[in-house]
Amino acid sequence: MSQTAILFQDVNYSADDLKILKNINGYFPEGKIATIVGPSGAGKSTLFKLCNGLRSPDSGEILIKGKPIINFHPVELRRKVGIALQSATMISGSVLENLELPLRLQGKTIDIEFAKELLHDVGLDGDFLMRNAKELSGGQQQKLSIARTLVNQPEVLLLDEITSSLDRVSQHDIEELIEKINEKYGTTMIWITHNLEQALRIGQYTWVMMNGELIESGESSLLRNPQDKRVQEFVKGEIV
Amino acid sequence: MSYLALSLTLIFVLIPLVLSRTLRLGLEKDTLIATVRSIIQLLAVGYVLQYVFEADNIIFLLLMILLMIGAATQNARKKGASIRGITWKLFITFVFIEALTQSILLGFSIVPPTPQYIIPISGMVIGNSMVLGILFLNRFTAEIENRQDETELILTLGGTPKQAIHTQLITSIKASTIPTIESQKTIGLVQLPGMMSGQIIAGADPVQAVQFQLLILFILLTTAVVTSIMLGFLSYPTLFNKRMQFLKIR
Repeated sequence: MSQTAILFQDVNYSADDLKILKNINGYFPEGKIATIVGPSGAGKSTLFKLCNGLRSPDSGEILIKGKPIINFHPVELRRKVGIALQSATMISGSVLENLELPLRLQGKTIDIEFAKELLHDVGLDGDFLMRNAKELSGGQQQKLSIARTLVNQPEVLLLDEITSSLDRVSQHDIEELIEKINEKYGTTMIWITHNLEQALRIGQYTWVMMNGELIESGESSLLRNPQDKRVQEFVKGEIV
Repeated sequence: MSYLALSLTLIFVLIPLVLSRTLRLGLEKDTLIATVRSIIQLLAVGYVLQYVFEADNIIFLLLMILLMIGAATQNARKKGASIRGITWKLFITFVFIEALTQSILLGFSIVPPTPQYIIPISGMVIGNSMVLGILFLNRFTAEIENRQDETELILTLGGTPKQAIHTQLITSIKASTIPTIESQKTIGLVQLPGMMSGQIIAGADPVQAVQFQLLILFILLTTAVVTSIMLGFLSYPTLFNKRMQFLKIR
């Protein structure tokens, strides 16, 4: 199990008396790009919030590289397991201020050269540093959001539908960027996507979730030949 | 003022009633209720104050202050109903403000330790603190709702609850205290404050009336800032749990 980035053991989670996650057992391999696919309401985003410590499971255990999540200090956990959301929320101010945010929270400042390198890593020009972050395009904000999460040098990066509202070109840019970061830093990537083609293209490992359950998991190629009838229907587009 | 003169002041109630009826504003019922309530409440307070002043008993004095704090808490708590334990947080804030101001006033012998001074000043302090509390809670709950994404963003990046709520807290403290500070900038130019006007009408020396008014204004500055800050710092921890998770407000 030393090659497991995150392991789930009998994880259950409810909110407002509604069971969101039901008895989740599975893992994500370390250093790889994994994807989570499944229809809306499958509990995918909630799963991320459990990994990042924004929510706690009702029962069961989550282990990050073998260490139970409950044994991490929340701040340490969130720096280790970064998350980039579809909304790519920007704080008021410049790109630099947004990039510096994770360090400012630790009472530190960012080195300009490091900031430029991060921007370069995500395909943004160094000239962007002083631009107003809220005036960037959706794709640029998403890239900045990823760069900002990378400032903490997370070991696992959770990506929650980061390309779903972007055009094809920006989608492609982000896919390349994620592969590049994975190669350069060896960061484990877990990507929630609605796009099965994308999951096949970029993911080496995949989870299929439905109605709060993990239905199938394995090499991404399973999406071409799923065993479970529900997954077969989902892949055919009969379940959205 | 004679009873005849006092009766004639009802002309000032008749004017809005007639205007409301003529223009069909529909304000007659509320105007009448407000008038009757103010007559009953003020007369009752007048008699109670007379009794408390004459009795000169600390128990009555404390009961009177407790009553004011209780009423202020009851009124302000509705605005912060979404924050857990807001009733006690308001109560503690009002008690603290009252204790702080009175201990300075009495400790330095700024005013004599008699109910005639303590009760009216307490009324102004607690009343102002209540209004500030309402303004703060109104803004704070709106800020929390509107900036949930920002709060969660900071938490996801490894920020503490205090860092995650800092902007919302500071914005709400500023927004609630600005009216007090701004109104003090134009005081005496645009309006003569009620207490000073009352003293002058009652025949007091205008300079002495101004001195007391200044005392009240400075107390209200402290009240405004301390109320907002204290309520803010008492409230924000209840928005998070021990695992530094942002809880939904009720």
